[in-house]
Amino acid sequence: MDNKAKEPLIHLTKRGQIPLYKAILIRIIAIVIALIVCAVITGLTTGINPLEVYSSIISGAFGSVRKTWITFQDLSILLIISLALTIAFRMRFWNIGGEGQVLMGGLGAAACMICLGERIPNAVLIILMIISSLVLGAIWGFIPAFCKAVWNTNETLSTLMMNYIATQIVLYYTILWEVPKGSGKIGIINQNSHAGWLPQLFGSKYLLPIVVAAAVTAFTYIYIKYTKHGYEIRVVGESPKTSVYVGINVKKVIIRTMILSGALCGLVGLILVAGINHTLTPTISDGRGFTAVLVSWMAQFNPFAMIATSFIIVFMDRGAGEIATSFDLNQSFGDILTGIILFFIIGCEFFVNYEIHIRNHKKERER
Amino acid sequence: MKKLLSLLIATAMTISLCACGGAASGAADTSDAAGSDGKLNIKAGFICLHDENSTYDLNFITGAKAACEKLGIEGVFKTNIPEGQECYDAACELADQGCGYIFADSFGHEDYMIEAAKEYPDIQFCHATGTKAHTENLANFHNAFASIYEGRYLSGIAAGMKLNEMIADGKITEDQAKIGYVGAFTYAEVISGYTSYFLGARSVCPSATMEVTFTGSWYDETAEKEGANNLINDGCVLISQHADSMGSPTACENAGVFNSSYNGPTDNACPETYISYCKIDWEPYFEDSITKAANGEAIPTDYVGTLETGSVVIDHFGKNIAEGTEEAVEAARADIIAGKIHVFDTKTFTVDGAELTSYMADVDTDANYEGDHEVIVDGYFNESGDGLRSAPYFDLQIDGITLLDTAF
Repeated sequence: MDNKAKEPLIHLTKRGQIPLYKAILIRIIAIVIALIVCAVITGLTTGINPLEVYSSIISGAFGSVRKTWITFQDLSILLIISLALTIAFRMRFWNIGGEGQVLMGGLGAAACMICLGERIPNAVLIILMIISSLVLGAIWGFIPAFCKAVWNTNETLSTLMMNYIATQIVLYYTILWEVPKGSGKIGIINQNSHAGWLPQLFGSKYLLPIVVAAAVTAFTYIYIKYTKHGYEIRVVGESPKTSVYVGINVKKVIIRTMILSGALCGLVGLILVAGINHTLTPTISDGRGFTAVLVSWMAQFNPFAMIATSFIIVFMDRGAGEIATSFDLNQSFGDILTGIILFFIIGCEFFVNYEIHIRNHKKERER
Repeated sequence: MKKLLSLLIATAMTISLCACGGAASGAADTSDAAGSDGKLNIKAGFICLHDENSTYDLNFITGAKAACEKLGIEGVFKTNIPEGQECYDAACELADQGCGYIFADSFGHEDYMIEAAKEYPDIQFCHATGTKAHTENLANFHNAFASIYEGRYLSGIAAGMKLNEMIADGKITEDQAKIGYVGAFTYAEVISGYTSYFLGARSVCPSATMEVTFTGSWYDETAEKEGANNLINDGCVLISQHADSMGSPTACENAGVFNSSYNGPTDNACPETYISYCKIDWEPYFEDSITKAANGEAIPTDYVGTLETGSVVIDHFGKNIAEGTEEAVEAARADIIAGKIHVFDTKTFTVDGAELTSYMADVDTDANYEGDHEVIVDGYFNESGDGLRSAPYFDLQIDGITLLDTAF
């Protein structure tokens, strides 16, 4: 384009505060477009009626009472990890070590169940499990925080690397505790005595994580919004220099926050091992430590918005499994659809943050 | 305020869910398996660790689909089910959908199938490769495996013939007839597999020796490739493997080293070096157990498919096999079926230089790795024996086989 014109065809301006209804509207439009794109791709590549695929996704997540329960259980697990990471993210401390912190928490619980199960009263055992899960998770958060606070190391790298260490440690103990020998599997721990199994609430297998998630959500919201700690976290995140100026001990805040973040991840490990799977494997976290980063960012670190974003991920994931079953499609196809939807949801943030002005007062010029 | 609201919503959500749960559990489970028109009236559910892209699961899916088609029944497949509570959930979902027969294909699924079996006593639960059915005493939980060690033995004969040919051609000396084996874990199933393969090879090539390396994973293409390459560099002139990726066969094709395959033929990708494959065909088991479940007959606690039942298959040889291989394998197959050959005949191997007269194997699964059953019967090691368990428990380290690493 030969441009003598000073005004380009399209220009962008940063929006100030956007009314809530407008922000929500933009996101709804994004999801609708995403669904249309998904429908076109489904139709073109598989020849299956997209509406059938959509209804299959819904029935995968809510098709029966049990499926609904499991969806909310999965949602709770992802949500708690996301909240744990969010506490650190608010401080601009990029904790991508959720995976490792969850694993270490799980290891703590499993170690107590295996070594102490049936030897001490169950109530004492469960208390010990809670303590060791939280402490191990906290240690896994503390180490990178300490390095960051003292030597200013890059926390993204160190938290990431701690994941691999945790995986290998768990692998080591898996081989140590495997039953039968050589199988590489621990199997259900205390299957007959149920020692160390977290109690069922109101006779439901699925309720406990949901209740914990609700409590953690409320706690996180209050903690980051209304407490002195939460305020300090925000200030340290915005500007460490300001924090020093106003008398905040930056090192202490970093370490304290990461201990909390790690301990909450450790709590998830406890629930996964003692409340849901009753075993320990190196893949028990199933990548949710990383998915939670996405969940947290998509919700812009808002604990309540995180319920919605983790719901989208879990809903699509459960749906993907159902598509695989009912249409003989591969699980990957569901993942493709999830990818498209996430692309639009994340992409629409651009339109929430920026306003687009299209030049319209000039006449059409030759190209 | 917002906090209060959220708590209220959370509580309301929870309560409504509880209410739903209470109402629906009574309504479910109205299906029963009574045949009306001669056809079997049962729905079968299958739980798979991965999907068709894994050779291991593909083998089950193919067998299950063939059986369902033959019996004219509906099969429901749940793929990519991890070895955790997800397996229990999947089994319960299949039960909710009215399946009267539920099967899971991976070792780590077993405990979760047992949990589900306890909850649904009217549904038959079958599990491949598991070890616990004979001690759990659940009428509706069953294990299944096949005498794949016999298939490995026959594969070993084909490999031994190839070694003999290489010796006769002067490519290697008798002492250089070293076989390499890439295993997953130091698990009895793997040990039973490489030992029977080795015994098959040595039955035709007496100077054969073997080296074994372990990868610590059932599917790790890189590690398997690396393991095979290490064995080749170590002087192994023929390789086999017990792990599910194409890593080892590919490494062999690249190096021009012969390979015996598992689960399926690999001669499409490795035409020059492929010798033979053996696998378990699950169709006979599915047909048998689903029919029994539908008719209300007892399913064996531990089912062992054999060469005779068509469960153990070795039927496709490569283009570069030694002359007379197929005839030799055929003859040995007939002898095994007739009971003339026992794969683990104690006269054919020694442990620490001595022939075995008694051995307590760790058959019952518990936290103690201790022997609990005498398994030397009539001069052979009674692998997958009647009244014991279907999954292999041969875990002896025989002379002639060197383990390079045992970390896993």
